[in-house]
Amino acid sequence: MNDHAPAGPAVPAAAPSDADADAQMIIRLADVHKWFGKFHVLRGINMDVRRGERFVICGPSGSGKSTLIRCINRLEEHQRGDIIVDGIPLTNDLKNINEIRREVGMVFQSFNLFPHLTVLENCTLAPIWVRKQSQKESEEVAMSFLERVRIPEQARKYPGQLSGGQQQRAAIARSLCMNPKVMLFDEPTSALDPEMISEVLDVMVELAESGGMTMLCVTHEMGFARRVAHKVIFMDGGEIVEENEPEEFFNNPQRERTKTFLRQILHH
Amino acid sequence: MSEQTAPPPPAARAPAPDDDTPLLARNPVVSWVWTNFFSTPLNIALTVISVWFIWSVGSAFLEWAVFNGVLFADSRAHCREIVEHGACWAVVSSRIDSFLYGLYPPAQHWRINITFLLLVAALVPVLWDTMPHRKRALLYSAFVFPVLAVWLLVGGLGLEPVSTKKFSGFMLTLVIGVTGITLSLPLGILLALARRSSLPVLRILSVVFIEFIRGVPLITLLFIASVLLSYFLPPGASFDLIIRVLIMVTLFASAYMAEVIRGGFQSIPAGQYEAAQALGLGYWRSLQKVILPQVLKVSIPGIVNSFIGLYKDTTLVIIIGLFDPLGIGRSLLSDAAWAGLSAEVYLFVALFYFCSCFAMSRYSLYVERKLERGQSHDR
Repeated sequence: MNDHAPAGPAVPAAAPSDADADAQMIIRLADVHKWFGKFHVLRGINMDVRRGERFVICGPSGSGKSTLIRCINRLEEHQRGDIIVDGIPLTNDLKNINEIRREVGMVFQSFNLFPHLTVLENCTLAPIWVRKQSQKESEEVAMSFLERVRIPEQARKYPGQLSGGQQQRAAIARSLCMNPKVMLFDEPTSALDPEMISEVLDVMVELAESGGMTMLCVTHEMGFARRVAHKVIFMDGGEIVEENEPEEFFNNPQRERTKTFLRQILHH
Repeated sequence: MSEQTAPPPPAARAPAPDDDTPLLARNPVVSWVWTNFFSTPLNIALTVISVWFIWSVGSAFLEWAVFNGVLFADSRAHCREIVEHGACWAVVSSRIDSFLYGLYPPAQHWRINITFLLLVAALVPVLWDTMPHRKRALLYSAFVFPVLAVWLLVGGLGLEPVSTKKFSGFMLTLVIGVTGITLSLPLGILLALARRSSLPVLRILSVVFIEFIRGVPLITLLFIASVLLSYFLPPGASFDLIIRVLIMVTLFASAYMAEVIRGGFQSIPAGQYEAAQALGLGYWRSLQKVILPQVLKVSIPGIVNSFIGLYKDTTLVIIIGLFDPLGIGRSLLSDAAWAGLSAEVYLFVALFYFCSCFAMSRYSLYVERKLERGQSHDR
């Protein structure tokens, strides 16, 4: 285990020495392939994520970026290659899968809050039933996270009574309540009205800048990528076309496909 | 009308004293009647015709059933002595014990009464979802009550044994109805889960079962229960007829229930499953805490529909020789003292079924509204 969290806000972690490189590693994908029927959606993905690193993954629709992060907590099954999360290999072993899911939080494009439970109950459900925490303790933790995403006053409401931005922030709090080591964000702002995007991004930036959380974020919010990402990955056609630090990625893209994509996304 | 009861500034809504409108029209009831029944000539004509129709049918019925109805008498002839043309409810009131307890030994009727009270007590925690100590009370409903009920009704262990052949009347309806309703819901949920399972064996078994049961009329199944099953059992092994009926009625209802529940499952977006999985909830836990509460909520109308169907279908046991209220009524009619009073008997039986089913239907509406307001939660 690595005890020292990455230094300051938004500063990429210093390159680790080879010796503790494996201990630093929290997600490793090696030659991961996936097919939807005959459609080859992931073609040999290799990716190493160290503790505390923040990746932004972008690319045109259908490039496999969502599928990629959904493979990491086994919402999608990969057919070839290895995925290792926090030292646990992702196989068909249900025990491993559930162990990984406990440590990996996920925020969805469509929030996926449980509509029959209040916001607070949404947040305490997994801590109570998966982590076996007491109701009182779970509620205290949940309230602290709801304050952190700035909606403590909505705790007793049902998701249907909240705006889209509030729902997504509640969903982020729900994930954080499990105290995960990794947070996956699957296009968290794509379903939101423009005026609500920033309130969600603010929460995500705050989470990133408080440090320590490993984040993988599929998004087209390039301002967010510039601000918090250690690395930006561009995917197209099921492959990682280019990956680099944000400054280099945006100012000096190497590949033609990346340049075309950046032109389209920055100029519309 | 609600505007009148709301507390607005006094002058805002209430008509001023010097208002031109006639005093009568200011009355909310009068103005409501006026706008709904007499606003146009066509409306007036329809109102008049409807009132005339309701009056001519209703008054004749009321006269027969209520004003000329005879509640207590010794026989049909006695009824006719009291009122020449009128309903002879005495057939019901003098034989009410037969309707309620059927052929159950009169000396043991108290056991049915106690069982009924225990049933009411068992229903309280089921229907009252904010009851204090509800979880412990539900344990009574689910485990203690069924054992007590069987012991009280069948006897043994210190109570005089009563043959299940004597189960009849409303008591039989309740036994079959309550058992079928409580067992068919969980069974239906399991069948629906099996039908959605990724395991082919489970799926195929469930599909075959559901399609077979739905493809065969309940009467046929009841005949199978009463006749065929004994061929398959080893000679001498007797399998209680009531139990066979209970099994068949439950299986029949659960097949329909399974399809209702399956429809509910299909209305739950995939994201709900994914969110539950991503939080690390296992299959059964996410089913219990996330999926089923939502499935049951959207399925309430269908579920209650099945319950009501099952409850009314209990009357079909008449054809395999069991006496439900309808059977009791028919046997009463063959009694020389009461022969010819079929209208009274059938109306009474109909009223009994209607009251039970209407209560179920109203309760389900109440639950739906309650869930709609988003106030019910279950943890």
